[in-house]
Amino acid sequence: MVLRFSFNYICSRKIRRYKIPVSMMLNNRLHKAFKPFFLLISLAFLTSGSLLASEHSDVSTTDSTEVEALHEAANPHHEEESEAFNAGDMIMHHVMDAYDIHLMDIGDHSVSIPLPVILYSVDDGLSIFLSSAFHHGHATKNRYVLDHGHIYRLGENNPHANETEHLVTTEALSLGYSEQSWGGLFAGEAGSFVDLSITKTVAGILITVVLMFLIFFRVAKSYKGGADKAPKGFQALMETLILFIRDEIAKPSIGHKYERFMPFLLTIFFFIWIANLLGLIPFIGGFNVTGNIAVTMVLALFTFVLTTVNGNKTYWGHIFATPGVPGWLLPLMIPIELLGVFTKPLVLCLRLFANITAGHIIILSFMSLIFIFADIYGAGAGYGASIVSLLFGVFMNVMELLVAFLQAYVFTLLSALYFGSAVEDHH
Amino acid sequence: MEIISILLDAALAYLGAGIGAGIAAIGAGMGIGRIGGSALESMARQPEAIGDIRASMIVAAALVEGAAFFGIIVCLLIVLMR
Repeated sequence: MVLRFSFNYICSRKIRRYKIPVSMMLNNRLHKAFKPFFLLISLAFLTSGSLLASEHSDVSTTDSTEVEALHEAANPHHEEESEAFNAGDMIMHHVMDAYDIHLMDIGDHSVSIPLPVILYSVDDGLSIFLSSAFHHGHATKNRYVLDHGHIYRLGENNPHANETEHLVTTEALSLGYSEQSWGGLFAGEAGSFVDLSITKTVAGILITVVLMFLIFFRVAKSYKGGADKAPKGFQALMETLILFIRDEIAKPSIGHKYERFMPFLLTIFFFIWIANLLGLIPFIGGFNVTGNIAVTMVLALFTFVLTTVNGNKTYWGHIFATPGVPGWLLPLMIPIELLGVFTKPLVLCLRLFANITAGHIIILSFMSLIFIFADIYGAGAGYGASIVSLLFGVFMNVMELLVAFLQAYVFTLLSALYFGSAVEDHH
Repeated sequence: MEIISILLDAALAYLGAGIGAGIAAIGAGMGIGRIGGSALESMARQPEAIGDIRASMIVAAALVEGAAFFGIIVCLLIVLMR
């Protein structure tokens, strides 16, 4: 049917005068149909390859226990390598924040992009250095120590305070440390510090912001040439999305005052969408921007502040004197409505956080099934499980693409609905 | 209550997490099943509104699934944070 349709297409157009043989044209069209399948399958193999490479150190050490024992005697601080594969730890490591972008482990050596660590302490002031100075927890820097993803400050009299290699963090910490504390900083307590570092999540936010600037400055520039020109290419794509938000989300929900809220709705839609998509890209270190409850809480806080600031008399009237409610029921209705004012943004925050984190955890769990089977039943079972795991993993990744867009849409739609109820006219 | 004193708190927590996750999945399945069912019915009644109904169905499913995810995340945190 494809062949017949394309033959008719070619005959009906004036393409015949170019004298390209019809068979060659038809082959090109069939080839193009296979491109998405090639990309999908190569993505599946590359994903598996990268994950197998990064977890290689855990799987190989379970085979040779003798080499393990010698290894342990020689390097007492490499205890984590001799344990079996721990799915919970691996998943938590990928989902939580970190001070470097960990790309992969090549054998013993981990390849990662260090990020700037910015610390301000009451005693020593500002310290800025790359997180590679911590040598993955085996060195101190300015009396700061990195242990299991958290930074602590060793006390002045701690004998390990200036060790620059082969530091055993648990030993050093048992002799006195202080944790990050804003209260301590403002109170001027000695030894307190605050952590203002550019962590992986912050780096993800900055990447999203840079991408948004690149996209929208480019689109805005193409409008400077005059509003009469028909949009083409990238500008057409962005215009479709922006008009979609204006006509399907803002106007129906907010009414005639929608223009005031359009910048916020557009920003939040594209930020959440691009941040979600950033978390799905493999090999670049696994960003988890919107899967961090602090980030989603701030986004929901923006919505809450905007609704509260823009609330008019009708809005507050609905909360404190709900129309149609008899007077004796009001003492019950007012606390419920007030609670609703706070739970609506909270639910926005939790919905986005839970959806994105759950998606990441499901994909990681499918991948760790491979290594769990390999641990229990041997390498052959691992390879066998990898076929099923990869299929499910790719399927979940594609589903997460839909979820990325959908969660951005739902967040924006609900924000628009809350704004609409805040600026509603009295009827 | 000797059985409970013999069981560690951790074991009870894992039991609670497992049952909670299962109930959350049941809730999501029931909710989204109802949404899908009524969406299909209304699409059959009025084929020219299929586009609108499909969009509304997906949005409603996302909201219901959000509720189910709260339960899943709580149970996951119980298991992974000990």
